[in-house]
Amino acid sequence: MEERGYEYNVVKGFAYSALFWLIIGLLVGLWIAAEMFLPQLNLTPWLAFGRLRVVHTNGLAFGFTLAAIFSCTYYILQRLTRTPLALPKLARFHLWLFNAAIALAALSLFAGMNTSKEYAELEWPLDLVVVVMWVIFAINVFATLIKRRERQMYISLWYIIAMTVTVAVLYIVNNLEVPANLFKSYSAYAGANDANVQWWYGHNAVGFVFTVPILAMFYYFLPKSTNLPIYSHRLSIIAFWSLIFGYLWTGAHHLMLTPLPEWIQTVAIAFSIFLIAPSWGSVINGYYTMRGNWDQMRTNYLVKFFIFGITFYGLQTIQGPTQGLRTLTAFFHYTDWVVGHVHMGTMGWVTMIISASFYYMIPRIMNRELYSIKMANLHFWLILVGQLLYTVTLWIAGIQQGAMWKATNPDGSLTYSFLEVVAAMYPYWKIRFLGGVVYFVGIVVFIYNLLMTVRSPLAEQPKPEPSKA
Amino acid sequence: MGVYSRPVMFAILSAVVILVGTMVTMFVPLMLPSTQPVSEYVKPYTAVELEGRDIYIREGCNNCHTQTVRPLVTEVARYGEYSKPEEFAYDRPFLWGSRRTGPDLNRVGGKYPDSWHYQHLYDPRSMFAKSNMPAYGWLARRPLDTSYTFKKVSVLGYGYGEDEVRKQIDDYRSKVTSPDYLAKTVRDRITPPELRGQLTEMDALVAYLQKLGRDVKRLARGSHTGGVAEASGLVRNPYEGDKKAIEEGKGLFKKYCAVCHGEDASGEIGPNLRDSKWKYGGTDADIYQSISKGRPGGMPNWDVKLGKERIWKIVSFIRSIGEK
Repeated sequence: MEERGYEYNVVKGFAYSALFWLIIGLLVGLWIAAEMFLPQLNLTPWLAFGRLRVVHTNGLAFGFTLAAIFSCTYYILQRLTRTPLALPKLARFHLWLFNAAIALAALSLFAGMNTSKEYAELEWPLDLVVVVMWVIFAINVFATLIKRRERQMYISLWYIIAMTVTVAVLYIVNNLEVPANLFKSYSAYAGANDANVQWWYGHNAVGFVFTVPILAMFYYFLPKSTNLPIYSHRLSIIAFWSLIFGYLWTGAHHLMLTPLPEWIQTVAIAFSIFLIAPSWGSVINGYYTMRGNWDQMRTNYLVKFFIFGITFYGLQTIQGPTQGLRTLTAFFHYTDWVVGHVHMGTMGWVTMIISASFYYMIPRIMNRELYSIKMANLHFWLILVGQLLYTVTLWIAGIQQGAMWKATNPDGSLTYSFLEVVAAMYPYWKIRFLGGVVYFVGIVVFIYNLLMTVRSPLAEQPKPEPSKA
Repeated sequence: MGVYSRPVMFAILSAVVILVGTMVTMFVPLMLPSTQPVSEYVKPYTAVELEGRDIYIREGCNNCHTQTVRPLVTEVARYGEYSKPEEFAYDRPFLWGSRRTGPDLNRVGGKYPDSWHYQHLYDPRSMFAKSNMPAYGWLARRPLDTSYTFKKVSVLGYGYGEDEVRKQIDDYRSKVTSPDYLAKTVRDRITPPELRGQLTEMDALVAYLQKLGRDVKRLARGSHTGGVAEASGLVRNPYEGDKKAIEEGKGLFKKYCAVCHGEDASGEIGPNLRDSKWKYGGTDADIYQSISKGRPGGMPNWDVKLGKERIWKIVSFIRSIGEK
């Protein structure tokens, strides 16, 4: 055991931060889901949908997901390098700076200081804070990697390195802006260029925040939880390089049939289709890892999270490229279908993997037993049902919406006014809200279970760790 | 495999791999002037329109409204001419959006009169009961802050001098506070007395919305500006005197027209249709033309949205309620 000197406080701190921002982000999400059918809930300027939606997306993408990524990265990094964090004090500063930045981000977005570029809404002073924070994180990652005592870097570390490098490039380039005053700036790019840069960023924020680091968790925590080695090392090499190569070409599939030059759109479609292969490389690697041990789906509560999570990832990476095809995007784009698509990824894949990672990691660093496996199972079923209710409802809603927008009479005139289509969506929006509530209850169970774990008495014996990394 | 035991090399290699697609699909287009062409027909925003645009961004309108009409038959029918790249030369940031909880706005400029926008922003459900848009009446209770306007247009390089910015603001203030302003009744109703003589955030937002797509519409003359009915004497209403058609027309009128012309067609935002005064002619053919092609000042064109049959039925209904 080389537990001595490992910096786990910062792992814990980021895990708590993740859970805190998760609750906030979900509450805001529920509120805006209700605003869709109860517009009276737009009570004040800062509670209006246009401002709140941004708080929801930023709070969950960056408050929750990034905090969970930092938490798991600091853990995985130390375990896989068999080296304590190189700069623990810097990591503690990172934790502090991160939470200050997210809190200021939420406040500034509530106040309407936002650049309008999706998932890059923060105004320029906070952009600078984010960049400093990322550099601090990167320094720790590389300093620890350089000091490492395990020569070979395991798959998860590749994904962590790729994220560290790519997020920096994406964030800085997309946020180049000229300040007009402390709270207001204008993008450095105009019109079609701004759109192209934005979706190059936007799509890869999904790729390198919602995919790459989550795969790092998957590749580390699945084998650890099951005591089974990853099925194919070669497959993971091919999948890794082709994934990070292909991702950057695909941003324009968010801009199909807009005034962006057509060739960029076509290239984006081609690479989107290409991306199915590396995505499914990881899915297959996950499934085959369980080969002959599928009984663990029943006996090991963690395996459900990983296998369902990677399955939603697999579905997500087929649905995405498909709905980006020109004919289908003409129908689906701008409808609720896409909202459903995004939420399968975030509520299915991302949250399930983070949940299982926390269930594995937190009892170990706290030297405690998980409070309740039953409760973890309840959490699993609630977030699964909540997510499916949410996403399937919005897919059906999206199909109806797209069809009604396109419906024509025999003489070519439009069958439905825009408002008739809005009115037809209300039942779906109510069911979606219900799905969100079920999901939220599941998350409350999750957090309660972890809190009770932390508060339970110390385990008699330190948790045994399998010796290999 | 050496690279898997060399973190720095690994990072450099990763950076190279991600930069290939970045260069081809993002950086190269950025260097090509054809990606974002500039046209002399498309004018930059005025100082007031820009302030309105900043309010649009501040309130996150882009979360529910797109600003790009795709070249699809039904989309052009619903919103108007599809979007051209040169229209966005002054858009920093772009506001194409990603979700249509509300309709696209790239062609909303000039489609309705200012009064429509004041009333709709103030209370969307007073016009469309089933709408889920937030009410933005509070924008009319906030004076427009123009202290940074000149700084803003300078950053954006619109080429206006400080005097010109001040003049644009003063001119727009004179327009909306003038006793002759067409939207005066609605504006006065929703603006507190102490702000009626000043520019409010609502005024700026309306100015911005009325700019959207305006330059392109000006180019495409005839498609929306109305005009006299061609050979009006020769065009006959196929439903003339048809009771069933009049009844159907009544339903259509309620659904599409009443929001501006009033439930009883006696006029609100749009003119009274019961009296015998017709600005653009009162024959069936003239009324058909007004509905079909629209008229300046805020009558939208309904040709592709409603189609001939439904427009004739509405014409029949309007004729049936007119003063004889």
